[in-house]
Amino acid sequence: MSDHAKQGWRARLLSETPRSRREAKLGQAYRGWLQFRQNRLALLGLAIVVALIVIAVLAPWIAPHHPHEENLAQRLLPPGTGAHLLGTDEFGRDILSRIIYGARVTLYIVVLVALIAAPIGLIVGTAAGYLGGWLDAALMRVTDVFLSFPSLILALAFVAALGPGIENAVIAIALTSWPPYARIARAETMTIRNSDFIAVARIQGAGTGRILFRHVMPLCVSSLTVRVTLDMAGIILTAAGLGFLGLGAQPPMAEWGAMVSSGRRYILDQWWVATIPGLAIFIVSLAFNLLGDGLRDVLDPRQKK
Amino acid sequence: MLQARPGFRQFFGVRPRDKVKASIALRQSSGFLFQVALTLLGLLAVTFFIGRVVPIDPVLAVVGDQAPRDVYEAVKRELGLDQPLWWQFWVYVKKMAAGDFGQSLLTNRPVIEDIKRVFPATLELATFATIIGVALGVPMGIAGAVWQDRWPDQLVRVVGLVGYSVPIFWLGIIGLLVFYGILGWVQGPGRLSVFFEDMVPVVTGVILIDAAIAREWEVFWNAFGHVVLPSAVLGYFSIAYIARMTRSFMLEQLNQEYIITARAKGVSEARIIWVHALRNVSVPLVTVIALSYARLLEGAVLTETVFAWPGLGRYLTTALLAADMNAVLGATIVVGLVFVGINLLSDLLYRLLDPRAK
Repeated sequence: MSDHAKQGWRARLLSETPRSRREAKLGQAYRGWLQFRQNRLALLGLAIVVALIVIAVLAPWIAPHHPHEENLAQRLLPPGTGAHLLGTDEFGRDILSRIIYGARVTLYIVVLVALIAAPIGLIVGTAAGYLGGWLDAALMRVTDVFLSFPSLILALAFVAALGPGIENAVIAIALTSWPPYARIARAETMTIRNSDFIAVARIQGAGTGRILFRHVMPLCVSSLTVRVTLDMAGIILTAAGLGFLGLGAQPPMAEWGAMVSSGRRYILDQWWVATIPGLAIFIVSLAFNLLGDGLRDVLDPRQKK
Repeated sequence: MLQARPGFRQFFGVRPRDKVKASIALRQSSGFLFQVALTLLGLLAVTFFIGRVVPIDPVLAVVGDQAPRDVYEAVKRELGLDQPLWWQFWVYVKKMAAGDFGQSLLTNRPVIEDIKRVFPATLELATFATIIGVALGVPMGIAGAVWQDRWPDQLVRVVGLVGYSVPIFWLGIIGLLVFYGILGWVQGPGRLSVFFEDMVPVVTGVILIDAAIAREWEVFWNAFGHVVLPSAVLGYFSIAYIARMTRSFMLEQLNQEYIITARAKGVSEARIIWVHALRNVSVPLVTVIALSYARLLEGAVLTETVFAWPGLGRYLTTALLAADMNAVLGATIVVGLVFVGINLLSDLLYRLLDPRAK
């Protein structure tokens, strides 16, 4: 019975003649998923990212200890001693618990940066591409200035002015990471601004704002999603770098970059204190890279080799 | 071809088409210079914005919040903050153009002097890293393209993927642990071991060259032992980038018809790869190498912190933690200048090497 029903919805999703708009959309998404599923590495990336989200959400329930709970009698214990699966740091805090809570910080930074930077890029890029003229020239010059500059250094200068802290790190990274999105959105807009459906919308009396928000921007979303996913790894690395330099999350917050930094002093004798948080950064940014590559193949077939 | 016949030009005089071409080239290059100038101005605008606008009150940052009213006003006038913003920016641009980055709070010296002192160390590191990147990245990229989808290609892919995912400061720490702590193959952090410090006179600021000039080979090898690990860590990122780009350039060439023709003629595979294809790849490759050199400056900030390397990156981060804004912005501008300069250079090289770009 259930098998039959399953056959039923699969066939409906894959049918060439969808009966409604929603069915057509779902069918497209399902086909994308079937293609995505072929790429095993991308699936692995997706699994790790999902695991990261689950761990971040459930942190208080799965962490064996509180991340700030200090116990100087049990400092710098190697992995596997007693109740500390990954050992303890210089204050006797449980490293595993700090890694679990650190997932929250990482996710917080990545999501906020994406939520700030992608819309800025989208608005700047579509406006520049659609309106053209001097506005385009001016906006693209601004973009070029930001692009012609190493983003970490610029983020460092912003944080220096704003003061260290996790919110300021987010603002600094967002301020330096929107230009590529603007470029992509502009390129997409240039290809669709002269299409018939835009002309029709204009003739029907749609204003510039309506055309941009309802007709142009939705079409830029898929390529932007790919780029944002691919950039997640870079954002994680920049955030970790800021944390490592002591400019991101402030102690005692469990941030992976800052954990590597404080563990650095003990590297020759207690290697695990610095090594394990760094491994976490590596795995998560690797996962985002794999996921981004897989998404690119599905959502942006033009870029395929 | 035309250059091969020296009499050609004299015989025909300067052809009108050449004039047109020259003027187009001039217009293009002047547009190009205009863009560079605009980028530099934008860079200054960003640093001006960061230094003057982002802090809520720059005067308070100087005098503190306990200062009496008249001191506050005096400092405000002295800093030029009672002037309109555009005038302040103009004064700022003039000062920066003269190389006056102000005084460092931390060292009590002009920032420009400090930067001159620390820059050679970064240059040394970045140069070594680029050498490593080219020496390993180019052959790897070629191997990846020649044996596409076989193990050399997979290796290039893995190296690239890891390069895009690994935090550089962590890689440096692991490197220190393994090669210095466990194996003892290299020297520890810093540029020289303590007992070798100040043994050679400073000529260029690059210790390896200075030691070679002074014929102090013990110092030379000690400095070499110090530079190997940080530049290898930094160089790994160049390897990843250069190999990836070389591979895609090579693949593009190997699918061209002239390669098939060469094969049909019976040209050996080695000659096809190393002479025919590589020559065509070399032009874009130069650009990639130049860009990777510039990108290393960014990685240098974190690498220098890990390895206590007294270069520009470490200067920048020390200044950051001390909230020494003059030093931070000075170093930022210098990095930006180098970035723009290298972009400019690679563009010029491209025009010079690629006959189609003229």
